[in-house]
Amino acid sequence: MSVIISIKDLSKTYDSGHQALKSVNLEIERGEILALLGPNGAGKTTMISIICGLVSPTEGTVTVDGNDIIKDYRLTRKDIGLVPQELSLGAFDLVWDTVNFSRGLFGKKPDHAYIEQLLKDLSLWDKKDSELMTLSGGMKRRVLIAKALSHEPKILFLDEPTAGVDVELRKDMWKIVNKLRESGVTIILTTHYIEEAEEIADRVGVIAKGELLLIEDKDTLMHKMGEKQMTIELKDSISAVPDSLAKYQLQLSEDGQALTYTYDTRAEHTGITSLLQQVNEAGLSLKDLKTTQSSLEDIFVKLVEDEA
Amino acid sequence: MNFQAIKVIYFNEMLRAWNTLLQTIASPVLSTCLYFVVFGSAIGSRIQEVEGVPYGSFIVPGLIMLSLLTQSISNASFGIFFPKFTGTIYEVMSAPISFFEILIGYVGAAATKSLIIGLIILFTAGFFVDLEVKHPVWMVAFLILTCISFSLFGFIIGLWATNFEKLQLIPLLVITPLVFLGGSFYSVSMLSPIWQKITLFNPVLYLISGFRWSFFGVSDVPVVTSLLMITVFLSLCLGVVWWMFKTGYRLKQ
Repeated sequence: MSVIISIKDLSKTYDSGHQALKSVNLEIERGEILALLGPNGAGKTTMISIICGLVSPTEGTVTVDGNDIIKDYRLTRKDIGLVPQELSLGAFDLVWDTVNFSRGLFGKKPDHAYIEQLLKDLSLWDKKDSELMTLSGGMKRRVLIAKALSHEPKILFLDEPTAGVDVELRKDMWKIVNKLRESGVTIILTTHYIEEAEEIADRVGVIAKGELLLIEDKDTLMHKMGEKQMTIELKDSISAVPDSLAKYQLQLSEDGQALTYTYDTRAEHTGITSLLQQVNEAGLSLKDLKTTQSSLEDIFVKLVEDEA
Repeated sequence: MNFQAIKVIYFNEMLRAWNTLLQTIASPVLSTCLYFVVFGSAIGSRIQEVEGVPYGSFIVPGLIMLSLLTQSISNASFGIFFPKFTGTIYEVMSAPISFFEILIGYVGAAATKSLIIGLIILFTAGFFVDLEVKHPVWMVAFLILTCISFSLFGFIIGLWATNFEKLQLIPLLVITPLVFLGGSFYSVSMLSPIWQKITLFNPVLYLISGFRWSFFGVSDVPVVTSLLMITVFLSLCLGVVWWMFKTGYRLKQ
């Protein structure tokens, strides 16, 4: 695969002094679906905004298909479609007009057949003569997608596309995304939901506090994030983990009243059943059981700490 | 040049006026009629002639300028402020389009709209008073130059304004007084000498004076001065807009 977007040492410090991006390097491959995960304020939107021309970078360069986003902005922007996070739409414009407007803005000649098909694909055709303000939130999101696709871009940015979106639209959206991927469009989406990345992405990047902490194939990352902890609380405290339980690599709490077992929820055998059996056989009596999954937030914190 | 983009911005803006056609046309026509009733008939009947021109006709150029200025500013400022306010400006900013092209689209549409309104008022005035235009080419030139300059000025206000109050502030507190005191309804020669001097600092005076000259051949200040002033104002606005775009003022962080 060839690289379509190349980000080098990209930094952004806003006038307020807030450093939103800290020397980010990233190469996005042609035709892939890349999910950028990160908590709010991580710098995801800033990064997208720079590539699309909404925010000026403080340092660093970005090229799209080898063209610089600032010097050759006409070449880079015509290939990019952006679905923003906010439902930014006019009030009185009609769906049909606003989508055709978008196409024109990007320098493309009118193509009513294409726009018609686009609106049909997005289940918007029967709303084409509706005023934007009369649409529901989900419909507005569809209109934003239609606008972003109106000029047949090669790259599509979806900034938190599923925030406040119902299940049906989410499914529709993934259908569209898959269809676009098949036609060779490169898709970059941001989200804070790990399931979303899991459902759709080829690669996942994790951003926190303006830094790209990791970028990996989805499968590898999912494995890491699929770890879960089970805590076994004991009635009576023990001073050491019994030898019979050594293979589970349990961690004993300081007061000797709790054992923690880490396992992979995706593994074929989690080992929970046999562990509990052996705990029983070892003569330990249980008081309580609880399982916890490290949240994305925890993983970010861990990753940031590891960095430091 | 991204002509397609200029075209869609221009027509999208014109469409907005078309959708509110009644408002767009009715309000200037109505206010012109009101001015004629109050100033032309009620007061004008006691004034008779100003510098050899019947008072009713005398106020026509001033009335047109009054509407032209306020309409240009409000059209252009609203045209760029609203997308900023709703957030839809993101699309224009992310499109393969230069600031200059954005400017042509928005300011061109605003200027066209106020030009049309100016012509409508001129036409309406024809029902009330006898009008003859001595220098039609100059009249059109003044009309177009004023529409463009003040649409640019409105565009600047629209970019600068961060809320609706600010959007109204300058038209209300600066432009309206300047227009009323710039000789829309009187000749400067009717003022006391000290006020005649003070009035010379009012830029709108030069616009109205020049425009009135194109109708009747009489003016408060030499017509060349009028042309010079409007050119200076136009250049000033262009300079500010250029700086705003250069620095991404209020558009780009």
